Amino acid sequence: MAMNRIRGAFAVPRKGETFELRAGLVSQYAYERKEAIQKTIMAMTLGKDVSALFPDVLKNIATTDLEQKKLVYLYLMNYAKSHPDLCILAVNTFVQDSEDPNPLIRALAIRTMGCIRVDKMVDYMEEPLRKTLRDESPYVRKTAAICVAKLFDLSPGMCLENGFLEMLQEMIGDPNPMVVANSVTALSEIYHAAPETQALKVTTNTLRKLLMALNECTEWGRVTILTTLSEYRTSVVTEAEQICERVAPQFQHANPSVVLAAVKVVFLHMKMVNAELSKAYLKKMAPPLVTLVSSAPEVQYVALRNIDLLLQKQPDILNKELRVFFCKYNDPPYVKFQKLEIMVRIANERNFEQLLAELKEYALEVDMDFVRRAVKAIGQVAIKIESASEKCVNGLLELINTKVNYVVQEAIVVIKDIFRKYPGYEGIIPTLCQCIDELDEPNARAALIWIVGEYAEKISNAGDILAGFVEGFNEEFSQTQLQILTAVVKLFLKRPDKAQGLVQKVLQAATAENDNPDVRDRAYVYWRLLSDTSDPNAAKNIVLSKKPPIVTTIHSLPPVLLEQLLTELSSLASVYHMPPEQFVGQGRFGADAVQKAAIEEQLQNALDNPLAAAAAAAATGTAPQQQSNVENLLDIDFDGTAPASAHKEADGGMSGLDGLAGTPVRGESPATGTPAGSNNLDDLLGVFGDSGAPSSTSGNAPPPDGGAGADLLNGFGGLDLSGNNTTSPPPAPGASQPKKTNEDILSLF
Amino acid sequence: MLSGILVFNQKGENLIFRAFRNDCRPRLADIFRIQVISNPQVRSPILTLGSTTFSHVKHENIYLVAVTKSNANAALVFEFLYRLVLLGKSYFGKFDEEAVKNNFVLIYELLDEILDFGYPQNTDPDTLKMYITTEGVKSAIVNNPTDSSRITQQATGALSWRRADVKYRKNEAFVDVIEDVNLLMSATGTVLRADVNGQIVMRAYLSGTPECKFGLNDRLLLDNDSAGSGGSDSKALGGGGISGGKIGGGSMTRAAAGSVTLEDCQFHQCVKLGRFDADRIISFVPPDGEFELMRYRATENVNLPFKVHPIVREIGTTKVEYSVAIKANYSPKLFATNVIIRIPTPLNTAKTTERTSQGRAKYEPEHNNIVWKIARFTGGSEFVLTAEATLTSMTNQKAWSRPPLSLNFSLLMFTSSGLLVRYLKVFEKNNYSSVKWVRYMTRAGSYEIRF
Repeated sequence: MAMNRIRGAFAVPRKGETFELRAGLVSQYAYERKEAIQKTIMAMTLGKDVSALFPDVLKNIATTDLEQKKLVYLYLMNYAKSHPDLCILAVNTFVQDSEDPNPLIRALAIRTMGCIRVDKMVDYMEEPLRKTLRDESPYVRKTAAICVAKLFDLSPGMCLENGFLEMLQEMIGDPNPMVVANSVTALSEIYHAAPETQALKVTTNTLRKLLMALNECTEWGRVTILTTLSEYRTSVVTEAEQICERVAPQFQHANPSVVLAAVKVVFLHMKMVNAELSKAYLKKMAPPLVTLVSSAPEVQYVALRNIDLLLQKQPDILNKELRVFFCKYNDPPYVKFQKLEIMVRIANERNFEQLLAELKEYALEVDMDFVRRAVKAIGQVAIKIESASEKCVNGLLELINTKVNYVVQEAIVVIKDIFRKYPGYEGIIPTLCQCIDELDEPNARAALIWIVGEYAEKISNAGDILAGFVEGFNEEFSQTQLQILTAVVKLFLKRPDKAQGLVQKVLQAATAENDNPDVRDRAYVYWRLLSDTSDPNAAKNIVLSKKPPIVTTIHSLPPVLLEQLLTELSSLASVYHMPPEQFVGQGRFGADAVQKAAIEEQLQNALDNPLAAAAAAAATGTAPQQQSNVENLLDIDFDGTAPASAHKEADGGMSGLDGLAGTPVRGESPATGTPAGSNNLDDLLGVFGDSGAPSSTSGNAPPPDGGAGADLLNGFGGLDLSGNNTTSPPPAPGASQPKKTNEDILSLF
Repeated sequence: MLSGILVFNQKGENLIFRAFRNDCRPRLADIFRIQVISNPQVRSPILTLGSTTFSHVKHENIYLVAVTKSNANAALVFEFLYRLVLLGKSYFGKFDEEAVKNNFVLIYELLDEILDFGYPQNTDPDTLKMYITTEGVKSAIVNNPTDSSRITQQATGALSWRRADVKYRKNEAFVDVIEDVNLLMSATGTVLRADVNGQIVMRAYLSGTPECKFGLNDRLLLDNDSAGSGGSDSKALGGGGISGGKIGGGSMTRAAAGSVTLEDCQFHQCVKLGRFDADRIISFVPPDGEFELMRYRATENVNLPFKVHPIVREIGTTKVEYSVAIKANYSPKLFATNVIIRIPTPLNTAKTTERTSQGRAKYEPEHNNIVWKIARFTGGSEFVLTAEATLTSMTNQKAWSRPPLSLNFSLLMFTSSGLLVRYLKVFEKNNYSSVKWVRYMTRAGSYEIRF
C-alpha cells in the first residue's frame, strides 16, 4: 500500500496496476482494450483512484460495442469532475450518439450526459435534449424527461430559459404511460427543489391525464403518479370521489409500495367524500393492509409502522384482524416489537382473551427486550379495557411467580399503573412485596415503593419495608430516592405513630446529604408542609388527596403531528414517526446550505494545506462540534485527504449521534419508553398529580380543596414538571439542545 | 429518490458502488460498514445518520444497500431492493457474492437501466433480458436499430410485459395453484391462527395477443352470477393424477366443494384492476412464459393437512421426553412428500435417542433440534416419534423457552383453502384452440405448534 502511494506521487508510473491498465487501454487489440476497461471499473469499485487513466479511457469512447460504451460512460460519470477540461473531448461522441439510429444508444447518450456534472457539458446539452424530448421512441423520450430534472439540478437558469419545463408539462399528455410517469417524476423533483417554478401544478386537465395513465403504467410509475395525487388538494367533492374511485383498484396491486401509495391517496382524499362512501373505502383498504403483513420483513416493517399511524387515526379499521399480527417465532425483533404495539391498539372487549394468552406466551421467550415489551403490553391492555383488568392482573401474578428477574421487575412497574387506574387489587400487595429483594432496577424499585406508600395503611409491615430503603437512601438512584421520600411521608401521615423517626431520618438524608436539587427541594417542601402547625390537616389534604385515575398508557402521537405524518405515509417520516425536518437536511435552503458552503471552504483549505486545517479543526473541535463533523463526513467526501483529527473525532461523535438520529428501534425506546415512564413519574412524584401528569388531564374537576390549596397545587405541579425533565439540571440546558447550538456555531462560518 | 446502490459482502467489502446522484460519496461505504456490518446490535433495516439514510436487506451472503438523502418512500426502496434480488436470481441463478463478483459489469449495466437519477424504471426481468444480455442470456439483436426500436417500444408500451409476435405451434397454458398454509397452534391444541397465502403461477405458451379470463370458486363472484348453473363435478378439474388435470376448454364448472372466501387478492400488473374492482372478473393479457398471476389470502375454513400432537415432559433438569404423533388429515388417495418435522431441544442437550414408526430422525446440534423426515406420507395414516434428550448440567439453570415445533411438507392436488380453478378462457383474434392444465399444491408456510 505504502509503496503504491509513493509511486503514485510520480507523474508516470513505469510498473504497477495503473501502468498495466494504461497499456491495456491503448492496446491495438479491441478485446484487450475492453478487458482493461473492465478492470479499471473493478478498481474503481474497490475504491482505488483510477482517475489518472481518464485520457486513455476516453480514447475508447467511440466504439460500436454497446457494452464497452456503457463501461466508458460509467467511468466518465465517476471521474468527469476530476478532468473537467478533458470532458469536452467526449462531447462530440455524446452529440453523435444522441442522433444514432438505435434508440437504446440515443437514450444512453442523453442519460449519461445528464450525469456528467461539468459546466462545459451543460452548454452542449441543450440541442440533444431538445431533440430527444421530441424523439419518436418513447424509450428515448422517457429518458430525456428525467434528464430535464438532472439539468435543472445543474443549471436551473438554462432549464427555464430554454423552455424545457413547458415541454415537460406538455409531456404529461404523452400517449405513452411510461413517458407520462417520468415527466411527472421530473416535474415533481423540480417542484420540490424549487417550488417557485410551479413546475407541477395539478389542474383538472392534468388530473384527468394522470388518472388515465395510472392504469397502464409500470408499477414504479404508478407510485410516482399516486404520490403526486396524494399531494394534490382538491376542494371539489366530485373530484375527490373520482380520485378515490380510480385509485382504489390499485389496492390489489402486487407491489406493496403501490398498495401503500394508493392507501395514502384514498385516505387523504376520503375526507372530502360523504361519510358512507368513505366508510366503504376504509373497509376496502383493510384486507390489503393485512396482506402487507405477510411480505418480506423489511417491507413488513414499513407497513406495520404505517398501520400504526392509520390505527391512531382510525382505531377500528383492523378490529377483526388481531391474529394476523401474532408474532412468528422467527420474525426479526423490529417486526415483533411493532406487532406488539399494533395488537394492543386493536385490542377490544371481544378479542382481549386471545391476545392475553398470546402475550403470556411471549413473556416466556428468551429475548429480554421482547419479553419486557410483552409484559408492558399486558398492562396496557388492562388499562385500556376495564373488563380485561382482572385477567391481566392474574396473568401478571403468574409471571411474577416464574421468578425470572426481568419479568418480575417489568410486571411490578406495570401493576403500579394498574393500581393507578383501578381500585380493589390491594390483595396482591403481599405477593409483590415478596419480590422486594429481586428488584435492582430503579424503575421497578420506585414502582414498588410507590405502591407501599400509597397503600401504607393496608400493609402492616410498611414501616419495616420502607425502613430498609431509608437505610440505603444515598445509594439509590434519584428516581427511587424521590419515591422513598414520598412514600415515607405518606406513611407518616397515615400512621404517624409508626413513622415518626423514619420521616425525620429520610428528610435529614435528603436535605443534608444529598446534592440532587430535585430530591432536596422536594424534601424541603415536605418538611415545611409537615412543620406547619397552623392547620394540621394541610399536609394530609395535599399529600393524600385523591388523584384522578389515569386513562391510558398506550403511547399516541400528538394530533397535529399525526395529521402531518398521515400525509407522509410510506415515507421514512412515517417509519420514524417524526416530521421529515427532524432527520433530513433542508437540502439547498437555509442553514444547511450555509453549513455546506462553510464545510466546502474548509475542505478546500484542507486540500491546500492539510496541516493548518488539521490544527484549525483541532482548535474548533470542541464538544458540540463533533456531531457536525459526522455529518460532514456523510455529506462530503474528503477524497482521502481529510485531516486525521476530523476523522478521529467522527468516530467518537458517531456513537453520540446514534442516540440522536439512530434507528427507529434505538430511537424508539426513548420514544415509547420515556414518555410513559416519565408520565408515571410525574404522577408519582407529583402527589399533586393533577397538573403533573398529562395523561390524567382528562377534564376531571380539580380536587375540592380550598383556594390556597389549589394555588399550592399548581405551583407544585409546575415545579414537578420542570424537575422531571432534568434530573440533573446544570448540564441539561446544554445537553438537550446540542444540535441547535451546533447549527448556530456553524452558521457563523 | 435513491442516491446510490451499494452491495457488500459479509466481510464488509464493497462489491458494487453505483451513485445516481451527486450527493452519494464513496465515503458512505465506510460509514455503512462501520455502522451496520461490523455492529452486532443493529436491530433495524433502516439507519439514518445525519441526513443520510441507509436501507438494507440481506440476501444469501451479501448486503444490498440503498442510500437516500431525502424523506424517501421507504416501502418503495425496500421493494426495489427485493426486485433487484429477483433480477439477480433471474440472471445468475443465485444472487450471492460469487455471482456479483463474476458479473459486476453486467450488474452495473442493469443498475444503469433500472434506475435513472435514482428513480426506478422498468424492472421486469423478461423485458430486460431482451436487451441486456450475458453469456447465459443471449440475444444478438441489440446492435440492430430496427430491432432495438421494437424492443424499446415494448419496454415502455402499455403491454410492456409482452412481445407482439409470439408464435407457438401448440397453444398451451399451465396453471399452478400453490398454497402456503400457516398455522399457529397453542400448547393446548387450539388453533390460534390458521391462514393460507396462495399464489397462482401461470406458464402461458400462447400465440399472438391473447385475452384471458380466469375464474375461481370465489364466493363473491359466485354469489354474483347465480345464472351459472352447475356443470360437471369439480373432480373433473382436479382429478387425473399428479401431473394435473385438464380443464375443459372454457366449460363452466361449479365447484361442488363450495366456494371460498378470499380475504384479499393481489395481481400481476397485466391484470385489469379496474375490472376486478367492478365485477370481480380476472381479465388479462398474459406475459409470455412463466409469471405469477395473482396472490391471495384466505382465512376461513382452512383445511389443515396435518394434525400434530406433541407431548414433551421435562424430567428434572437432566432429561426431556418427547412423544410426537402426527396424523395426515387428507384423503388416502393423496400423499405428501418431504415431510420434515423439527422438534426443538434444550440448548444444553448432550445426547438424544429417538425411535420412529416411519421415516428417519436425527439430532442436529447446530440448530438445537431433532429433525424427523418422512419422505412419503399417505393420507389418513398416523406416525409416532418417541425421543429422549439427555441434558448436561449447567451452573446457571435458565428455563428453556420451548420454541415451537415446526413442519415442512408439500402436498399435491390439495388446497387448504378449498380453492379451485373454474375456468380459463382464452380469446384471440385467430380463434385457435388451446389446452390448459391446472395443478394444485399445498406447502407449509410457517406451520408452528407450541408445546
